[in-house]
Amino acid sequence: MHQVEIATTQETLLDSPEMVLNMGPQHPSTHGVLRVVLRLDGETVIDLDCDIGYLHRGMEKIAENRMYTMIAPYWDRLDYIAAVSNGLVWVETVEQMMGLDVPPRAHYLRTILTELNRIASHLLWLATHALDIGAITVLLWALREREEILKIFERQFGARLTCHAWRVGGMPNDAYDDFHKDVKQFVNNFPKRIDEYETVLSENRIWLSRTVGIGVIAAEDAIAIGLSGPALRGSGVAWDVRKSRPYAAYADMDFDIPLGENGDTYDRYLVRLEEMRQSRRIVDQALENLPDGPVNAKLPKIVKPPVGDYYHSIEGPKGEIGCYIVSDGTAQPWRVRVRPPSFVNLQALRQMCIGHLVADVVAIIGTLDIVLGEIDR
Amino acid sequence: MLLLAPVDVLNDLLLRFFSDETVKYFIWPLIQIGLVVTLVALWVAYATYLERKISAFIQARLGPMRVGPWGLLQPIADGLKLLTKEDFIPEKADRWIFFFAPYIAVASAFIVFSVIPFGPDWAVIADVNIGLLLVLAVSSVGVLALILAGWSSNSKYALLGGLRSSAQMVSYEVAMGLSLIGALMFARTLSLSGIVGAQGSDSIWYILYQPAGFLMFLISGIAENNRAPFDLPEAESELVAGFHTEYSGMRWSLFFMAEYAAMVVVTAVATTVYLGGWYFPFVYRLEESGYHNLYVLVSVLVFLVKASIILYIYFWLRWTLPRFRYDQLMDIGWKWLIPSALINIVLSAFAVFVLQALNGWRGIQTIEGLDRGMNLTATGKGIMIAFGLAGLFITGVLLARINWRSRDFNLKTQRRNIRLVNVPKGKPARA
Repeated sequence: MHQVEIATTQETLLDSPEMVLNMGPQHPSTHGVLRVVLRLDGETVIDLDCDIGYLHRGMEKIAENRMYTMIAPYWDRLDYIAAVSNGLVWVETVEQMMGLDVPPRAHYLRTILTELNRIASHLLWLATHALDIGAITVLLWALREREEILKIFERQFGARLTCHAWRVGGMPNDAYDDFHKDVKQFVNNFPKRIDEYETVLSENRIWLSRTVGIGVIAAEDAIAIGLSGPALRGSGVAWDVRKSRPYAAYADMDFDIPLGENGDTYDRYLVRLEEMRQSRRIVDQALENLPDGPVNAKLPKIVKPPVGDYYHSIEGPKGEIGCYIVSDGTAQPWRVRVRPPSFVNLQALRQMCIGHLVADVVAIIGTLDIVLGEIDR
Repeated sequence: MLLLAPVDVLNDLLLRFFSDETVKYFIWPLIQIGLVVTLVALWVAYATYLERKISAFIQARLGPMRVGPWGLLQPIADGLKLLTKEDFIPEKADRWIFFFAPYIAVASAFIVFSVIPFGPDWAVIADVNIGLLLVLAVSSVGVLALILAGWSSNSKYALLGGLRSSAQMVSYEVAMGLSLIGALMFARTLSLSGIVGAQGSDSIWYILYQPAGFLMFLISGIAENNRAPFDLPEAESELVAGFHTEYSGMRWSLFFMAEYAAMVVVTAVATTVYLGGWYFPFVYRLEESGYHNLYVLVSVLVFLVKASIILYIYFWLRWTLPRFRYDQLMDIGWKWLIPSALINIVLSAFAVFVLQALNGWRGIQTIEGLDRGMNLTATGKGIMIAFGLAGLFITGVLLARINWRSRDFNLKTQRRNIRLVNVPKGKPARA
């Protein structure tokens, strides 16, 4: 168990003793099993410390004892909110190691489905973030839209949450018959639903007072900590793996990167909302230009990448999720390491929270959009 | 008189066994109390049902549907479930205080109903001449229960919840009391029945004279009840459940009942003071036609409907708005509500003064009589309503003047937009 040092050297208001408050691992709004130990002066946070590892499953170690194709389902369980994106980073890394040529149709389908997954993940973020700040209704509205995406996933992959979406070299099967129709319907309905959230939250006075100026992180600090994804773009840094190192079919897509200015919770909220709109745009484009053809490349019976180490990353919903694989030429990787965006983003929590109130800690954990499955691995 | 004829039969029966005074001052009040407690308990239970249904409709779902038709028996099922649950007291808790805190909460919420006029004549238990004062005094005892519960649980979350609630309720109590004073200037009495009677004989609802006062009372009432968007003491995403984190079973549900009963109290007071209580146009005809008991019953119904409309506002707000932060809540209490309540008192006093000064000046007649509250002529009413609307405006301007420096003032103009950049395809992006 992680020991937290309690020092009472700092002067507190009215010379009252500091209080150490243990938030989590069982707490309604630490988004899983995160344990945050807060040192409070009244309700002001003087210091905090995160304790992680309650969901550690030893993914990276397990991967050393599995064949390359067998590891993929484990990867879906890293960030279980965005299983499709996580699966993609594994298969793409292995494909690059093998030098496989994935057919364009598979690339396009991957683009569509990962973007749908991004929307689903952002919707769940919006739901829980709004719930943390007290807007309970947004939770159910956002989950209603997420349900539409999960229905598409269920028909495509056979599962709703931890869908095992990909195979090394392509996809297990082609899109189902009504895929085009279902996705099109979602794409057409979605914009007015986002507008609905905007009417409830974006100009809501209480929402503004809870998010504007809360959890500010400057662009330099964000880069220094290594933030990625919406948390980084909220601070105004135009870094998006989809643009800078395009994978799947993103090089053919036309979309914008939303950037915030101040790096506060409100900016990150706006960035994520806009990202959902852009994702919808990408899905629409990819669906229009979906090429015909096979969805699988030819693959040897046993995947044995050549000796060497490889790093490949994609833009997951939470940020840059990367996969570093060291191959010794056998059917099993010698060492695997994940670059988990939530883990890196969580580092910013302390810097963002100090000086704010307990209520803000909850809002800031929400705005970082962490998933403990990925932090603890 | 045909309706409720058994009442007279019962009265005769009682008189056979007891003396006249016993029946009048002891037995009938007991029956009244029983009726009111039953009515309020049912109201509270079905307020939870209504809240669940309304929240469900707001959130695009159905709400309780399984227990009884449309889930109508859900509150009863919930009550039974809570009764049979384990009553758990934490080992390190201060047992006796932990034990008694819920009773204080429920008692302070229910005692208030002794002076609430649900209707005319026998529909009010006690018409005390300091009724409104009693309501404010007794309902503020509820804070004590919250502090005790929060402290005795020996849990940090409960303690923080208790601290928050004590600060919150104490500061909003002030605003709540002050915002009522404007209406009292017209009613000229603190008796709740008297306030209703004053509105009845003046044929007006005081919400028209006191729109600002009504708004302030409603806001501070919601805050006083710890309801969203001011539900900080039990902010579930921060403090787990606030002061009742450690409570379970029936003891927890007593807090729950107390919360809803306190809500009903505020709606009842708001109805009485601002919406004319049980008074409704044309219902009086029933009394004139000789149906006295029917008249009382219809009046009670009118009262309940009016109060339920305000209750609906509670639910509506809760399921629409996010939660304030603790310091923001205090800001609203001290920087907005209390100044506005004070401004409202000054403006109302000025309005009454003008009204009296105008009376008889150049033949203008504004006041008809003062024996049952202020009875105004049509001219007087017009002037007062104009003053009320002007009061809203003036209060708003003055408040803006007081608060324009604060960070949270007019946040909408501070709202920013995000930039959209299109980085060239396949090129590394730069900030």
